[in-house]
Amino acid sequence: MSVLVYTESEQGKFKKSAFEAASYARAVADQMETSVTAVAVNQDDVSELGNYGVDKVLKIASSEAFNAKQYAHYIKQAAETESADIIVLSSTADSRYLAPILAVGLNATYASNVIEAPSSVSPFTVKRTAFTNKAYGLLAMHSDKKVIGVSSNAFGLVEKPVQTTVSDFNPELVNSSLAVQSIDKDTGQVSIADAEIVVSAGRGLKGPENWGMVEELAEVLGAATACSKPVSDLGWRPHSEHVGQTGKPVASNLYIAIGISGAIQHLAGVNASKVKVVINTDPEAPFFKAADYGVVGDAFEVVPKLIEKLKVFKAQNA
Amino acid sequence: MKILVCISHVPDTTSKINFSDSDSKFDPTGVQFVINPNDEFGLTRAMWFKEKQGAAVEVVTVGGPEVEPTIRKALAIGADSAIRVDIPAVDGLQVARELAAVVKDGGYDLIIAGRESIDYNGGMVPGMLAELTGAEFVNNCIGLEVEGNTATASREMDGGKETVTAGLPLVIGGQKGLVEESDLRIPNMRGIMMARKKPLNVIPAANSSVETEFVKFEKPAPKGAVKLVDEGNLDELIDLLHNEAKAI
Ligand SMILES: Cc1cc2nc3c(=O)[nH]c(=O)nc-3n(C[C@H](O)[C@H](O)[C@H](O)COP(=O)(O)OP(=O)(O)OC[C@H]3O[C@@H](n4cnc5c(N)ncnc54)[C@H](O)[C@@H]3O)c2cc1C
Ligand SMILES: Nc1ncnc2c1ncn2[C@@H]1O[C@H](COP(=O)(O)O)[C@@H](O)[C@H]1O
Repeated sequence: MSVLVYTESEQGKFKKSAFEAASYARAVADQMETSVTAVAVNQDDVSELGNYGVDKVLKIASSEAFNAKQYAHYIKQAAETESADIIVLSSTADSRYLAPILAVGLNATYASNVIEAPSSVSPFTVKRTAFTNKAYGLLAMHSDKKVIGVSSNAFGLVEKPVQTTVSDFNPELVNSSLAVQSIDKDTGQVSIADAEIVVSAGRGLKGPENWGMVEELAEVLGAATACSKPVSDLGWRPHSEHVGQTGKPVASNLYIAIGISGAIQHLAGVNASKVKVVINTDPEAPFFKAADYGVVGDAFEVVPKLIEKLKVFKAQNA
Repeated sequence: MKILVCISHVPDTTSKINFSDSDSKFDPTGVQFVINPNDEFGLTRAMWFKEKQGAAVEVVTVGGPEVEPTIRKALAIGADSAIRVDIPAVDGLQVARELAAVVKDGGYDLIIAGRESIDYNGGMVPGMLAELTGAEFVNNCIGLEVEGNTATASREMDGGKETVTAGLPLVIGGQKGLVEESDLRIPNMRGIMMARKKPLNVIPAANSSVETEFVKFEKPAPKGAVKLVDEGNLDELIDLLHNEAKAI
């Protein structure tokens, strides 16, 4: 009855969130005095998982690219083989997609947005965010089986090197009429979900022609770019960059908001970020109340200066 | 085509969130409730199917009598009929099981739900409902068309977009993109009058089991004051981000 963790990878590389999920699974396994088994799909080199306390890896070679129902059933079969009662996943779009399907398959309850190791394993009790980051709730789960979705950048990476055994696992396929027709990937950019740092700008930038400095700042920091809702509604930036309550959620380590007022609907979606920096001409902008660091000033002067200084800093700290 | 739109009744984002009973229950006193924003996008897309393809649109909500104004609003926006499953919604799996009982005998081709409710942010009801009823499922859905027995749906992924085809019945977890903000409708007087005459069927619950409970809520510790850095001294900002916040 080991703890099972789904470790997501893309193009032959584990995502950082996979290691975070593995770290979390290890913490749960330690509390329950058991082992951790990981499921990895279409990932050849699984050696890194041992750094995060994974005792055993079940490798699945799937003929299918991601299909939530299919992958949920792979994980379900792995859970049954391992008699796992606790299944840990990350909060990527794909993991959030398959988690509820998996929960029903296992007759399990599901807790998403979990930010801490369980405060108790009997009853199994976890802390999760609720009310769009305006509160935390301690959730007791009374079902035999539980699916736990861990928030990004909350539990963090915890190294705990162990010996890992690896075996191939050949689950059955399920029937699905769902067929992928096309995938458009934003190539060469850091995605908002994976990014440690997000640089975001709002209507304060006046027009799409002024985004060069936002992109440059993001590039210097290795960050993803994002924007407020009006900016994408006006067509200044693509919809995929819109963050907030009705856009993408952000839970990065660092969120830099440039010319964004900090409306409650914007904050709702980005508040889970650890450190927030605001650059705004208006000292009364509500975002200053939610931020850790702020610069009251004109973005057109502050951002280029910041870029130059960061380049120097990066060169010194490379 | 028959469409079911799942509506969750949630506090407006601008409401202050408070708790009662030693912080174990959400306190609705003074809170304004709205149709969950993700469901509003889905409902508006359903109205498009009604107007362009003659679809019949039913809305459903699981909840006590207090949710009726929210479901009436969905009727005023243009849904044809409504169902309220008469039981408080306390857990995602419970709600999904209640909805599955409605879907089972309903003959719906399309079941439109939202990617998440902005109250408990579970993000689980649509996927669970799909699996419980054997329907296909597309989450984070930002585009939806139906022709004959096939749906074409797009979903937002991390760093991109995927378009799939799927047989019906299909459940989606919808969001902005299904329609744009500017397409959302505010109920007009005529809609509100008509909504009064539309059927709102209150049906008994299947009494699905509830297996989770919130034992305590807490609010984040009040944030310390922002540290302001002078715009002439950005080196200090970099230093703070590096040494204090350890963020760069
Ligand atoms: C149901 C609903 C859902 C919503 N969902 C979202 C959402 O998901 N995401 C979202 O972002 N919004 C959302 N909104 C909109 C939100 O309420 C705000 O309208 C929006 O976030 C404002 O965007 P903004 O800060 O870019 O623009 P503004 O509010 O116009 O703010 C611009 C800011 O730029 C500053 N500024 C101006 N010039 C400069 C300069 N030269 N240098 C520096 N600063 C400057 C100004 O002082 C101001 O603070 C939603 C609204 C509703 C009703
Ligand atoms: N009580 C409810 N009644 C009807 N539909 C619901 C209810 N709760 C959630 N839903 C639907 O499921 C979606 C996701 O909700 P959740 O899983 O709670 O985040 C919502 O956007 C609704 O479409």
